[in-house]
Amino acid sequence: MNKMESMTGAKALMVAMEKEGVKQVFGLPGGANLPMYDEFARCDIRHILARHEQSAAHMADGFGRVSKKPGVCFATSGPGATNILTGIATAQADSSPMVAVTGQVPVAMIGKDAFQESDIIGMANPVVKYAFQPRKAGEIPEVVKKGFFIAKSGRPGPVLIDIPKDVQTNEEPMNFPDEFKIQGYHPWGDPDIVNVEKAIDMLLHAEKPIILAGGGTIISSAFAELQSIAETLMLPVVTTFKGKGAFPENHPLSLGPIGMHGHAEANKMMSEADCVLAIGTRFSDRSVGTFEAFEKRLKIIHMDVDPAEIGKNQTAQIAVIGDVRVNLRVMVKLLLQRAIKKSEESPWVKHVKETKDYWKENLKLHPGEMGAAKILRKLREILPKESIVTTEVGQHQMWASLFYDVIQPGTFFSSTGLGTMGWGFPAAIGAKVARPDVPVVDIAGDGSFAMTENSLATAVLEDIPVIVFILNNSTLGMVAQWQRTFYGRRMIGVDQQSCPDYVKLAESYGAQGIRAQSMDELDKAIKTAISSDVATVIDIPIDPEEDVLPFVAPGTSLADMILPS
Amino acid sequence: MWAILSILVENKPGILFKVTHLFRSRNFNIDSISEGVTENPNYSKMTITTYGDEKQINQIVKQLDKMIDTVKVEHLDEHKTVFRELCLFKIKLSNANDSMEVNKLANAYGGKVHDVKKDSIMVELTATPDQIKAFEELAKPFGILDVARTGVAALQRSGV
Repeated sequence: MNKMESMTGAKALMVAMEKEGVKQVFGLPGGANLPMYDEFARCDIRHILARHEQSAAHMADGFGRVSKKPGVCFATSGPGATNILTGIATAQADSSPMVAVTGQVPVAMIGKDAFQESDIIGMANPVVKYAFQPRKAGEIPEVVKKGFFIAKSGRPGPVLIDIPKDVQTNEEPMNFPDEFKIQGYHPWGDPDIVNVEKAIDMLLHAEKPIILAGGGTIISSAFAELQSIAETLMLPVVTTFKGKGAFPENHPLSLGPIGMHGHAEANKMMSEADCVLAIGTRFSDRSVGTFEAFEKRLKIIHMDVDPAEIGKNQTAQIAVIGDVRVNLRVMVKLLLQRAIKKSEESPWVKHVKETKDYWKENLKLHPGEMGAAKILRKLREILPKESIVTTEVGQHQMWASLFYDVIQPGTFFSSTGLGTMGWGFPAAIGAKVARPDVPVVDIAGDGSFAMTENSLATAVLEDIPVIVFILNNSTLGMVAQWQRTFYGRRMIGVDQQSCPDYVKLAESYGAQGIRAQSMDELDKAIKTAISSDVATVIDIPIDPEEDVLPFVAPGTSLADMILPS
Repeated sequence: MWAILSILVENKPGILFKVTHLFRSRNFNIDSISEGVTENPNYSKMTITTYGDEKQINQIVKQLDKMIDTVKVEHLDEHKTVFRELCLFKIKLSNANDSMEVNKLANAYGGKVHDVKKDSIMVELTATPDQIKAFEELAKPFGILDVARTGVAALQRSGV
């Protein structure tokens, strides 16, 4: 039995979080969470001040994705809570472990439309993995324990803990439990040997088998297992965008991401395959194009930790439910036991490699010196392979997918599900807190960066030197591309008119701002940024007319790519 | 297809909201819903009837199962299940014979009559949704003044 010590709810929250290994909280104070904030004066948890609650949530999200531990963000009640909703929804869409703690008006005021009251539990319900609202201080230790467990186990996701102000200030005897029970929650399945065995047989009998690695592969860090299976069975590997970098993109069997802006070779080969080993993916529309075309053609082996994903978007012939790393390990072991090792290249693998070589030579790129491909390949050339990259949302994000090769698995993160503009920069700050030893770069566009640029204050004042790498076309480029492609070049609401000047903006925050207008300048700027101990914004003006190609139009199949003319 | 789902949940505030919200946000339909505490006060049981093809029903069950507050989710086979709904009809009485006719009709469906007035009569019916619909069709000519239904409650038969 634990000793029942008496303390306030706010203190109990901090003690419980320390027990969970929390080292820092990203957040903003306000009236309803002041008792919790007061505890920072008396504990070892670092507070990192964001300038907007949405950014605080993205920082926690970035930290969570990189460290695989729930990132924690704090916000006050009312607008503070509604501001973090976008961050919570982003984490939910990308299965990112997060614990968001909001202040709430005192219990007796709930439902009275009090000042800064919002029913955040009701609002957040569809975008959280779980939400708690302790009504008694004594509930807090168990709520925190359960909350962290739910956030990080199974398919990770955001957990909201909404604490009324009087619950924070009330003093009660606290029991910090070591064990707890959540009856309706069963995140771990046993390894599914029977179905893994069937999956192996199906792959061995297929003529044109392929691996589709999704974000779940990265969440469960199944990199070694994936590579071993691909090499043992000589399987070409495509990924979803969220799975980008689950497999080294310089590997001979790697084809890169499929999807709306997938690599041409990846989309082609995915369209020709007859059997897919799909790992930790929900077959999102952005990845597979029209669902029907995908399903008719293919035998699908679907591995996922979330049983509800099986059959949601695609019907699988074989389903392997459980942590994908656990089941891939089973597969590695069975392949070894059965002494299966393909050494010769099948006609399929030869064809895949030829296709890959063809597109390497023949994909037309922007002719200018400062085309997106050249810029991102330059970044790749200079960045150490262990560097972490986040992206914003837009054209630059898809160019990053196309032209920035991830060499070390698990070093690329993006808001792929919700597609939240403004995610990349604060997420990079969170990533840098998790991995201060490696360079962290936010590949950005001007439009997306503008949404959370005030996080520069956090990066500078909290000494978190990340690099913001802006491909600046002074437009909301992806919208502009759709207007050029589908709306008769009627360009509405996309021109940013080079406002603001990002170099001056960076300097005004005390960050380093560098403009790079040539490859030489870019080379120097990247090297300067990496060796600097201050946050750096590299502003790279590019052609506003450059499109992201290939492009699979919405509602069409992966085989119908629009290619550069 | 029509499906009966039996959902055992923890008996805590806010869970009915979460379950119905799930149906809305996932684009599923609720045909009827009933809920009440079980023999163990820690749990409450919801019975939801819904429509969808097999794939949709499977998906509803999986999404409900994924909810942390649900303890057990079952798709009941209606042929192996006792399912009933309670329905109250207020029926118009236009002439002297009507009262007797409605009484006969109620008896034929195992219903009870309440609140017999000069102009109206109330019928309480506990039956399957199909039987209730059939009764409703036969009662229509008299004039149905008001209806209240509880939603289906269902339990699987033993040993099937």
